[in-house]
Parts: sequence; structure tokens; C-alpha cells
Amino acid sequence: MTTSVPTKTLNIDGLDVAINGERNLLELIRKADIELPTFCYHSDLSVYGACRLCLVEIEGRGIQSACSTPPEAGLKVRTHTEEIREIRKISIELLLANHDQQCPTCLKSNSCQLKSVARQLGVDRVRFKRVHEPEPLDYSSVALIRDPNKCILCGDCVRFCAEVQSVGAIDFAYRGHDAAVLPAFGQGLGDGECINCGQCAAVCTTGALTPRPEIDEVWRALNDPTKFVVAQVAPAVRVALGEEFGLEPGVVTSGQMVAALKRLGFERVYDTSFAADLTVLEEANEFLRRKAKNENLPQFTSCCPGWVKFAEQYFPDLLPQLSTCRSPQQMLGALCKELLPAEINRERKDIVVVSVMPCTAKKFEAKRPEFTHDGSPDVDHVLTTQELARMIIEAGLRYDKLKPESYDMPMGFKTGAGVLFGNSGGVSEAVLRYAAEKVSGETLRSPDFHAVRGEDGLRLATVEIGGQVLKLAVVHGLKNARTLADKVRRGKTDLDLIEVMACPGGCIGGAGQPVSRNADVRRLRTRGIYDVDKNLDLHKSQENHFVNEVYTRHLGEIGGKRAHKLLHTCYVPRFPVEATPPATPGVTTTP
Amino acid sequence: MNPLTRQDLANFAAQPTPDPTEWIRVQLDTGGIAAGAETVYVALEQALAEQHRGCELLRTGSVGYSFADPVVEVQAAGMPRVHYGALTPELAPTLLSEHFGAHRLLDDHVIASRRRGLVLDATVTHVLVGDTGAADGNKSEFLQFSFREELKRRGLADRVQVVRALDLGIYDEGAVVQLLPSAVTYTNVLAHDIARIVTESIDGGRVIDDLLWKMPDKQVRIVLRHCGEVDPDSLEDYLGRAQGYQALAKALFTLTPEQVIAEMKVSALRGRGGAGFPTWMKWQLTRAQPSAQHYVICNGDEGDPGAFMDRSVLESDPHTVLEGMMIAAFAMGASMGYFYIRAEYPKAVERIQRALDQARERGLLGRNILGSGFDFDAKIRLGAGAFVCGEETALIASIEGRRGSPSPRPPYPSVRGLWGMPTAINNVETLAIVPAILLRGGAWYASHGTETSRGTKVFAVTGKVRNAQLVEVPMGTTLREIVFDVCGGVLDGKEIKAVQTGGPSGGVIPTPLLHTPVSYETLQQLGSIMGSGGMLVMDQSDSMVDVAKFYLRFCVDESCGKCAPCRIGGYQLQQVLDRISRGRGAPGDLALIHRICHAMQKASLCGLGQTAPNPVLSTLRYFGEEYQAFIEGGPSYARKMSRVASVATTAAKPPADAGSATRSPIPVKEVSP
Repeated sequence: MTTSVPTKTLNIDGLDVAINGERNLLELIRKADIELPTFCYHSDLSVYGACRLCLVEIEGRGIQSACSTPPEAGLKVRTHTEEIREIRKISIELLLANHDQQCPTCLKSNSCQLKSVARQLGVDRVRFKRVHEPEPLDYSSVALIRDPNKCILCGDCVRFCAEVQSVGAIDFAYRGHDAAVLPAFGQGLGDGECINCGQCAAVCTTGALTPRPEIDEVWRALNDPTKFVVAQVAPAVRVALGEEFGLEPGVVTSGQMVAALKRLGFERVYDTSFAADLTVLEEANEFLRRKAKNENLPQFTSCCPGWVKFAEQYFPDLLPQLSTCRSPQQMLGALCKELLPAEINRERKDIVVVSVMPCTAKKFEAKRPEFTHDGSPDVDHVLTTQELARMIIEAGLRYDKLKPESYDMPMGFKTGAGVLFGNSGGVSEAVLRYAAEKVSGETLRSPDFHAVRGEDGLRLATVEIGGQVLKLAVVHGLKNARTLADKVRRGKTDLDLIEVMACPGGCIGGAGQPVSRNADVRRLRTRGIYDVDKNLDLHKSQENHFVNEVYTRHLGEIGGKRAHKLLHTCYVPRFPVEATPPATPGVTTTP
Repeated sequence: MNPLTRQDLANFAAQPTPDPTEWIRVQLDTGGIAAGAETVYVALEQALAEQHRGCELLRTGSVGYSFADPVVEVQAAGMPRVHYGALTPELAPTLLSEHFGAHRLLDDHVIASRRRGLVLDATVTHVLVGDTGAADGNKSEFLQFSFREELKRRGLADRVQVVRALDLGIYDEGAVVQLLPSAVTYTNVLAHDIARIVTESIDGGRVIDDLLWKMPDKQVRIVLRHCGEVDPDSLEDYLGRAQGYQALAKALFTLTPEQVIAEMKVSALRGRGGAGFPTWMKWQLTRAQPSAQHYVICNGDEGDPGAFMDRSVLESDPHTVLEGMMIAAFAMGASMGYFYIRAEYPKAVERIQRALDQARERGLLGRNILGSGFDFDAKIRLGAGAFVCGEETALIASIEGRRGSPSPRPPYPSVRGLWGMPTAINNVETLAIVPAILLRGGAWYASHGTETSRGTKVFAVTGKVRNAQLVEVPMGTTLREIVFDVCGGVLDGKEIKAVQTGGPSGGVIPTPLLHTPVSYETLQQLGSIMGSGGMLVMDQSDSMVDVAKFYLRFCVDESCGKCAPCRIGGYQLQQVLDRISRGRGAPGDLALIHRICHAMQKASLCGLGQTAPNPVLSTLRYFGEEYQAFIEGGPSYARKMSRVASVATTAAKPPADAGSATRSPIPVKEVSP
């Protein structure tokens, strides 16, 4: 920025720091490379000011919280005075007194912020007695576990759910030292409006909200000689799994990942991107059909199960506008269960499909009744990226020493388009790469559609293909989706296609990914996905000859009857959300 | 009805509505009603009909004599204007026939006028007597008897009635005599003085200088100026008899908003909610904020245990508060106001609602008020009883329909408040003062009080005090004066131990410091705060550890639970205090208490948590030995020590029942805070 005004500075611990549009003192202090501890500050969310750890001493004003103080030129700020250190320590002690300190067995043990801040501040003992009676855990959700005994009421989950997702499935209830974060009316998390996106768990500073692991079930299947266990891995997993083993975000470790899965005992390792290529063909054709008839437009994508439940709850009238395509996870699951029995000469019930997903809502999706046939679900178990890492660690595999292996064919083969699904904007781009050629009949010279890429939560793009102008919207964060869907409902848009992903940045920012509170991490993962696309030989789904072979050998034509049976689904309106009173007061207690 | 015009108000100002010649005002505030004022009202109504008396029966709010509820004020032709207290419905016919028929006052029910006459400007018709030296028995009856005998002897018995008073407003001054209607008051009257009083004063019309009580009343009623005087349900009464809306008219037609703020600056009025922020500055900051909409909020979420100032004002004088709010709105350019009143105050809500309806009906709310071009309207929002909603940001959240939790400041409400707009939040008492300042001038207001704390302050004095009541005194009055001179000292003649001010955010002030003049600064220096005006008197039987526990418990219950220092710190502090009071305290506990308190004070998000440790810290500061006794010897030892201490201090005085009085000199009602 060019400006003639002299730079304004303020003084932090004796260091002059320039003010450059920072929203608050905390951002400025962190920019000066001083790590102020916080629990309730999250750059994506509103300032809450509850954890009282980012206290600083401002000359002439006394002790203030840095997160809620706007930077002003000339301030003299001290961040670690004796008094402040003492206050911070006692704050942590108080929080620990109210926290169920089961650290060794806690799922969040490695990413617990409470633990790391306690370490950082040198808290070496807790002088207070524990004051809460242990409360039962909430196992009512298939995607998440809520452990009220670990909650420190930082409120990040509440604000994320309300501010970013506009769901508000959880909020504060009661007051004083009975205050708690709860779903409405004492229901279980799984009984209400939760859309299972799991971002509450992703931002949770402790282990109060965690993705519900299915590791035990998967180990059991792997060790069962009567079962044939197949893995499918979502695109976004490959750019994040390495983080659990000390690698930079965005570093692609597909080879090691496949090797690890094989070592764990999976008989086949398929790539969900293969099914994503299928999705592109189905969804693009569906879209072009609708466009030709000008009905049920704009078409909403349907690969994000969080968004699907959200739409079922709040926009039941728009459900006909959702693509009927199953998500890639469910397409691949259906194909595995349909095609493998013949190929390996086993029964459907003996095949166990385990998907590895960056997502907690996929756990819910896999258990939707539409996706279970003859008592056997198309996808049996869903592991998150975190869970796969834990299994690898549990099996004692040295990730960095694994020799890269390849996915199994045919369903391990994908084009770059299928991988793009991991990014927000990826589905749109993949569909465009197909539709452009289909409409114009010409070969695309460059497959990249930069118009749909970017970080904004709501992006509009106009693309011309074959003389036809298409208007697209790419949305992540369901509050943005709600804004847009409201407009669609009121007929205030002239859009053709709307891609919705619940999580920030798309699947790469899913709640099943390694925990991080840093927006840069998402950026690096996004780049990783685009790099995979760049490095692959093929970039368009229609070039995936294995996909074409599946059509010719098994599915018939695109959008045909058999394809419809295996690759499409239907939706159920869920609004008003049925209030199912819990069987016993409080929450479901049995896992 | 026709909207009021500027001319109508001018007419009211030029010619106030005259009082009817004979009337009874029944004080129907919540306190009065709880004590039976409604039934007294009905009984009076019935008796009036039966006795065919033409006197008007009127409704008012409370003048503040909570100790004597139900209270009525009576005006009859040829009679001094008096307050009667401790009435029952059964007394109604007697009261009417005696007062209006026989022109006699009722024994043991008259509350003496606080006005102290210095000259005998009228023939004495009634003599109020009372024994205020309560410690050595009741001599009221003896006094009354002696006076009557003396009057008989002088042949004045038919002209002058001698009445035992319920309360004389003077305490520990021996036998006190007030001559009505001039209200000349004699104190420390001895047996041989009676003849002098009858001869010289009653018969001769001369004031006896050596007996004369010259001390003016300590109270100055500015906030409470209309309480008990006007009918809270009548706009006409307010307009006709209380200069109603004259200050608003003055502001709208003769002043600019800047001039209003300037007048407030001259008055040096500071927020009466407790923190003492200069009111003019709050208005100025709100006004200076560019916005399409500004809001003004009246904070009526009074929640301190034992405090009832705001309730009384809202119930007794709702139009004054509304007028104050409208002036505030005019000054800062707000066109919408909210009364945030706790739902536990149904009477206050009802009366404010009626005031709003009446004002709207007469065009005092709405568009183009009085033809001035000023638009304003106001609504009520009910608080659901959370103490923390008295905190500005939590109050705003509550009005907006969100959970009542505080948010960090900045942004301050004056910058971004209700619905994101600049908002000024003023306490009930503050707003009630505003019209008075505009009418009489900021300089007049500033002439009361101390250098840094100008004006007067209303206190609700409760606890172990003889006359629990509302008191309005100039800033700078000492605590001792308030407790002893205005409220009559400690209940049952016990020894005072401490006075608690500021409610759960305040602290205790021990006996040796009761000479402290009340102001924002002095109380803070003593480790307490002014607060909204609750004042709790404690005697020697009160354990200070229990007092600390009580207030802390209140804050722990009322914490919203948002920030850890308040939510968990308060709870842990309570655990430590519980431990100590059960005799399980450890030597390190006092240090631990200090550590938690310090963190709470410095790190809590809002005022509730920051001030919650005050009662603990101040009791520890002044009564540390009580904590030590609990820690070292356990509860029974501590209680024994406390009893010994209390016996030691009371033994110095003769026991209360030495005169074997069969009845208490003054029927003191049981007062619970």
C-alpha cells in the first residue's frame, strides 16, 4: 500500500512494531513473533474475550485483554510481567481444576491446546480440587463424541457452529459454574440439528468434542479371516496425512499411505477420486440435461454430506435442485459391493469397505439407510485422516520408511479432475472440464478454470463454454450457503450451478484432518491438491478409461437405469427437525 | 385526548393544580403493599363511606419509611400534616374519626416531620413525645402522662393533645418533644423541663433555646423529591403538582443538545449505578458517534441483595424517570429508549408501562413531541432475573434476545451498543435527577456533596438497623450519620460491627471507619464501593466470615459462567471459605484466597467477576482475626470468641430491659433485608 502517512507504531515489550491494519492487539503481538496463549481467540470467529489469557499490561490503562483492544499508536504494551504471568498461571490452574485430566487416554492428547498452554506457561501443579461430578459422555452422534467433562467453555465450537455454519446445534446453557455447552433441550448431539461437519471438534481446544473413532471396528474386520477388507481414500487425505508424521501440510504421500494401508491388512486400496471421476460424468450430464430443459436450476452439488443434511433441514423446498448423484464415497462403496463379489468370488456380506476421509459427516452419510442393501452398507466404516494416522502409529509402522506402493486397479485410477474434489471449487472445475468439451465438441487446450479457484467463502464465476454462458457459485461455510440458498429460494439469482462445501476450504479443511488452527495450513493443502492435478497425466474425468470401462462393462450409459441404481440417491426433508426426546434424561450414554 | 402543547405546559407551570383541602395519601409501593397497604386502602375507603367524610383518598408511592409500612400521609383542615405508620385495616375507622372528627392524632403511629421548626409560628395543637434513649427503658408513657398533667394544670388540656410518636427522626437524645404544627423540636427533655415547655412554649409561644434541636435534617431529597407526593399512576398529577415535563419543555424549546450536556457537565453528576462515570461524558461520547440511530437505556435491573432504591423510584415517580430519559435522548440524538426492568418488579413494570401509555396518549411520546420536532418513543424489556444483566454489555445482549453474557469492551456501548448502534445506559436514579438539574441548574445540584462526588445519593439502609428505610443524603455525609442520625442506629440497641456498602461488589466498613464521608473515592479507598446504594448494617453477632460467604455465594450463583476467573475462581474461593468456616482451614488458605482474589479482580471479563472478591478481601482486611480464629480453633472456638467479643462490648452499657419495660418504646418491625 502506498501512503504518505508515516507508519504508526506501538511498543511491545520494548520493541516498536508498526500497525498495519491489524484488527486487535493480539494479532499485532503475534506478528511481532510473541506467542500469547489463547483459547477463545480464533481468527475466523468473532472476538469472545472469555479465556482471559491474552492479558497484557498497557501503560496507563492497566491490564487488558489483547484480543479486544484495538491497536493504537503510541501504546506501551508489556506481555509477560510478573503479575500477568501469575494471573495466567492461576487461570490455567482453575481451568485444569474443572477439566477431566485423562490426558494419556484422550483422543486430543497430541493436539490439546490446554495441555500445550499449560506447558508453555510452566504450570507445574494444580492447587484446586476438582469440583464437578463426572457427567456421562454423549455418544448419540455417529460422527462425534461430546465429553462435557473436558470442556473449558472457550466457546469456539459454539461460535463456529453459529457464525460459520449458521446451524447453532450447540450453545451455552445454564450459568455460573454449571454453565455448559449443550445441544438444545438436553438432547444428544445426534438427535438435533447437528450436520456432523465436526468443525466444533476441529476448533475444540481440548478433547471435549472429538470425531467418533471407528478404529476398533476396522481392526476387528482386518483381523477377521472371513472378511475381505477394501480401503478407499479421499483426495484430501493425501495432502494432510503426512502432517501427523511431521511433514509439512500439503506434502503428498500417496505412495506411503497406500503402502501403510496394505501393511495394515487391507486387501485392496482404491482411490475415491476414481468415483469422483464417475461423479463428474453423472453430475455434469445431469446438469446439462437440466440446463437444456431449464428445470431445477440452479443445480446444487451433493457430494458434501454436511451440506446435504443442512439442505434437508433448512431448505427442503430446494431438495429437487440438489444433484441426485451420490457422493464419491458412496459411489465407490456401491461399486465395490456390486462388482467385487463376482471378481473375487465372495459374497457381498464378506466384503468390508472402509473409507478414509477428511470428514466426520461421511460417518453419518455411510450410515444413511438409503445406502444399506441386504443388511450390508455400501460403506462399512469411515476412518478420518486422524484415525488412519493413529492406526499406522498403533501398528508401529515407520511412515517415513515405507516404500511407496500403488493403488489397486481399476478403481485406484483417477484423473486430476477427480483429485480436485478435495478443494473448494474442485467439483465445479472438474464438471467444467467435462462439460466444456461435451458442449463444444472440442478439446480443451488448458484444463484449468481459475475463475472458480480462490479462498473466499462465496465466489461467483461466469464461464463461457461452447458459446454458452454458465454462471457458477462456489461456496464453503454453510452460512454462505444459507445466504445463497435464501436468494435462490426467493428467485433472486440467475445461477446455473452451485457448489457447496461445509468446511472452510472444502474437504482439505475437514474436521477429520489433522488438527490445526492455522489458516496457512489450509492454504498449503489446497496447493497440494492442485499440484497433484498438475502432476497427473490426465486432467479430465472423461479421459479416465477405467471409468469408461466400468460404464461399458457394468453400468451401461451415463445416467442410465443401472447407473441410477448404483450412483444416484434421494433426499428426505428433515424440517422441522424431529425432536426425539432422549430415552433417559440427559444424553445417550452407551457407546 | 388532545396532545399536550407547549402552551399547556406553560399553563401548568404558571398555575399548579391546588391540593384538595383534605386528603389521605396511601403509600402503595411494593414494600407498602407487602405490609398490607392495599388492605389499609380498602379499609379507609370503606370507613370514609361509612363516616360520610369528603376527604380524598389518594395513591402515591413510598416516601421511604420502609420500617413503618404501611404508611399513609394525612391532611385535614386545622390539623398538622402527618405521616402515620404501622397501620392496620382495623385502625382505619378510628384514624378517620379521631383525625378528621376529633382532630386528635393516633398514639404510637405518628412519624414526626423531618422538618425542624426553629420558631413557634403557630399555636401549638399537638405535642409529639417519645423516648429516644432506648437503652434504659421506655419513658414515653411517663412523658405523655407528665405533659398531660401539666397541661391540665395550666388549663390547656382541651386545646393541646399529647401524642406518643412512632418515630421522631432523632435518636439517642433522651426524651424528645415536637410541637406541632410548627415542628419545633426539643431534645433531652427532663422532668423539670416539662413545666417550662408548657408555660413558655405552648402557652407563651416562645422557643426555649437550650432545649431546641437546631440540627437540620441530614436528608436532602432530590431523587426522591416526588416519592410519596405524587400519584405514580397519574400524568395529570405529575403535570399539575410536580412541575412535570417542565424540564423537558425547557430542553426542547430553550436549549440545544449541547447546552443540555453542558448543564449536566456543570452539575458534575456521576452515574448512580455504581461506577460513577460522568453522565455528561457518557452522553457526549454517544452523541459524538455518527450513526443513523442512537439508543438510550434505563438500567432498572437492580439486583444487589438488600437494595431497593431503583424499585422505589420507578414505582413512586415513573414519569420523572421517563422525563429524564427523554432529556437524555434529546441530548444525544436518540429517538428510541428502553427500560430494562427486572421481571421481579411487576409493580415498577406496571407503573412505567402506564406512564409510557399516558405519555404516548398525550403526545409526550411519538413524533414531533410538543410540536418541537423531537421524536422519541420508549419500550420496556423485562430482565429475567440475572444479576449480570445489570452489566452494560450483558444488558444489551439480553435486550437483543441473546444470552445475557458480557462482552469485552471496547467497543463501549457508546460506540457500538444496542443493535450495533451508539447507546447510553443510565441508571434509574441518574435519570430521575436529570429533570431537577435542568429546572434548577447544574450549579445548584453541584452545590451539594463533595468536591469529586457532587449531589446526593439514595441509600437503601437495611440489615440490623432500627429504621430500615430509603435515605437520600448529600455526598460527604458520614456512614455514622446515615446509620445513627438518620436511621436510628442498630436494632435492639446492639453494638454496630460494620456497614456493608455496594452489595456483592462492595465491602464492609468497620466501626472505627464509620466517620468516613460517603463518596465514590473514599469508599473505594476503604476497599468497598459506592455501588448502587445498598447499605447493610451488621451488629456484633454477625460473623464476618459468614458475611463474606454470603456475598460470594451470591456472585458465584449469579456468574454467567463465561470467563474462567469468575466462573471457576469464584467457586474455588467459595470452597476455601467453606473449608475455613467448617474448621478445616489450613494455614496457607489465606494466601490462597488472596491469590484467587487477585486473579479474579484483574482477569475477569466484567465488573461482576472483578468485584466479586471485594466482600472477601475487605472482611479479611478488617476482620482478619475472625478468619484466623476459624483456622486455628475451628468454628466453635471462633463463635465463642465472637460471643465473648460481643458480650464485652455490650456489657459496657446497661442491659436493654433494665427498666423492665413491658413494651418496647417504639414498636419496631422485624426487618428483613
